[in-house]
Amino acid sequence: MAFENKGSVETDTEFHKVRATAMQQFENVGFPTKKIEDWKYTSLKELWKNEYSLFPELPKHELELSEVDTYFLKGIDSYKIVFVNGVFSSYLSETSHDGLDICLLSTAINKLKYKIIREHFFNRIASKTEGLTSLNTAFASEGVFIHIPKNTVLQKPIQIFYFTTECKKDVLLQPRNLIIVDENSQVQIVERHHSLSDKKILNNTVTEIFANKRAHIDYYKIQNDNKNASLIDSTFVEQKKQSEVSVTTFSLGGELTRNNLSFYQNGAHANSILNGITMLDGTQHVDNQTNVYHQQPNCESHELYKGIYDGQSTGVFNGKVFVDQVAQKTNAYQQNDNILLTDDTTINSKPQLEIFADDVACSHGCTIGQLDKDALFYMRQRGIPEKEAKALLLYAFTNEVVKNIKIPVLKSRITRIISEKLGVDLGIDL
Amino acid sequence: MTKQNNKQDQTPFPLGRVGDGLLSIKNLHANIGDKEILKGIDLNIKAGEVHAIMGPNGSGKTTLSSVIAGREDYEVTKGSIRLDGTNLLELAPEDRAHKGIFMSFQYPVAIPGVTVTNFIKTAINAKRKAEGKEDMPAAELLKMIREKAKLIGIDRSFLSRSLNDGFSGGEKKRNEIFQMAMLEPKMAILDETDSGLDIDALKTVANGVNKLRSKDNAVIVITHYQRLLEYIVPDFVHVLSDGKIVKTGGKELALELEAKGYEWIK
Repeated sequence: MAFENKGSVETDTEFHKVRATAMQQFENVGFPTKKIEDWKYTSLKELWKNEYSLFPELPKHELELSEVDTYFLKGIDSYKIVFVNGVFSSYLSETSHDGLDICLLSTAINKLKYKIIREHFFNRIASKTEGLTSLNTAFASEGVFIHIPKNTVLQKPIQIFYFTTECKKDVLLQPRNLIIVDENSQVQIVERHHSLSDKKILNNTVTEIFANKRAHIDYYKIQNDNKNASLIDSTFVEQKKQSEVSVTTFSLGGELTRNNLSFYQNGAHANSILNGITMLDGTQHVDNQTNVYHQQPNCESHELYKGIYDGQSTGVFNGKVFVDQVAQKTNAYQQNDNILLTDDTTINSKPQLEIFADDVACSHGCTIGQLDKDALFYMRQRGIPEKEAKALLLYAFTNEVVKNIKIPVLKSRITRIISEKLGVDLGIDL
Repeated sequence: MTKQNNKQDQTPFPLGRVGDGLLSIKNLHANIGDKEILKGIDLNIKAGEVHAIMGPNGSGKTTLSSVIAGREDYEVTKGSIRLDGTNLLELAPEDRAHKGIFMSFQYPVAIPGVTVTNFIKTAINAKRKAEGKEDMPAAELLKMIREKAKLIGIDRSFLSRSLNDGFSGGEKKRNEIFQMAMLEPKMAILDETDSGLDIDALKTVANGVNKLRSKDNAVIVITHYQRLLEYIVPDFVHVLSDGKIVKTGGKELALELEAKGYEWIK
């Protein structure tokens, strides 16, 4: 398979080289197959049966706010960056260059003043070997560029949306995000992909996040797409000294979702938090691959993934933790809990710890089970009908993750989505 | 005294004859798997009464309470349980609760993320919904919560904690009695409510139960020891052994059991 790089907008020859190298790499390795260990339980075969167009049509009309308003978080001031079929929608967006940059990656790539950023950050931590990330590097034409200068605590969260609409063909989109948060700065980001089309949509997204000293980033990914939409998300995070980065992934819908999440701790006393809720039914599939590279002493990582599987849905959790020889006093915790609601669901859960330092505290745990019968009986004894009792238990199961959401309107949004999925009005003040 | 005689002791017990009470259990047999646990229980409880059921481990005490509450692990093979004339055996646990059955659990379950207040609100409104009523107005609910919390002697901060999550033994049991106070059951079954409680916690829980007693409701106290019965004084004491009630008497029977153990009664 050969692709021609029609999508690029940059003129920089250095940059062009990065693209060309990535293209070459993709041609060498191709798409991942189940023969690769990390892809053992996720097959992309079905997806490649779709005839994806790499260059989606432009929407015939500007997407109206009323069509997508429901997806926005409301009741708060926020920055918004909205893309429709891969193209920036200035009409739906609220960007900023006022002391900070919340704008388009193409702007950053094309403007001279961002040359340093481009050279120092673009494609630095993204995988140079993996096929899909290479494909994105070669083809990505648009995405988000966020640069928060030092000592800036952003009061408003940033909402990033990738919508797909009115396509005649199946579409493969390749958004690319670059996020740089300088010393002592703080930001909250919510990213969501949503297809309004009935065609097969595949997003192959790559995000690079750089957290400088004492930076604080909370990143939320809402994956609640329609049944024809699939997502391959590769997110790479580099952390400097005393920074704290959390990535919370809500995988609540979509045909196939693959999350590759990698943290590189390149400064002492860094803290990485990886949380996830997966809640599936039908034949949906979600694969969470996490990699935490402890490369400096006195760092922490906290990982908690909760999964609820209904229908014939399938899930994968593969949590890798690497502790380098120099990373003494590392605290690394990993937990993956799963509830299977039917006999036809499958979860493959695999912790993978590679520890080369001798003074560390690392733990991992995995549970796979059904709803607790004693708890169900307890609630029914108090008069709560079986369906509500199950819903309440499942809600409680997810709550350990939900309660840590730091944006209140997002917390209630996620709770609402969960209670809708459970088919009940939980009727409780949340 | 022989086993035969014990059975005869039971027969003259008047309640069985004077029509059906609030709760009427007749010839109840129940299995778990292939094993028969309850082997013909007869029990008649009138409104306003407190009945204690005592017996050694494995005699079927918890099975009896679970079967009344509708736990699905048990299969009722014979007999009947009626509450105010309604056949409970045909009802799901939640429907039995709506009719007025309440069981205080020996091991209450923790539900992280759901506060005591939210849980009780969900339970109350589920019952009201089953009765075709609207949700209880928030102000009314809060007022009721305040009153009952005061009655049971629980702190307001307790109400905003996750249900039974990290509760001490005493807190769990007190929370059970608080829920009982809120749900106002006709027939409350306290299953080993005294287990794991120190004497102060025991008194608090017993006090709560006593305050909730009325001429319209009844209480079954299931216990291994006589201790709790010093504070919740029963009208009748039944001794359960090998799935049957082998002896029935007044509150003095509990003392006798305490003094002599269960062996003499078998």
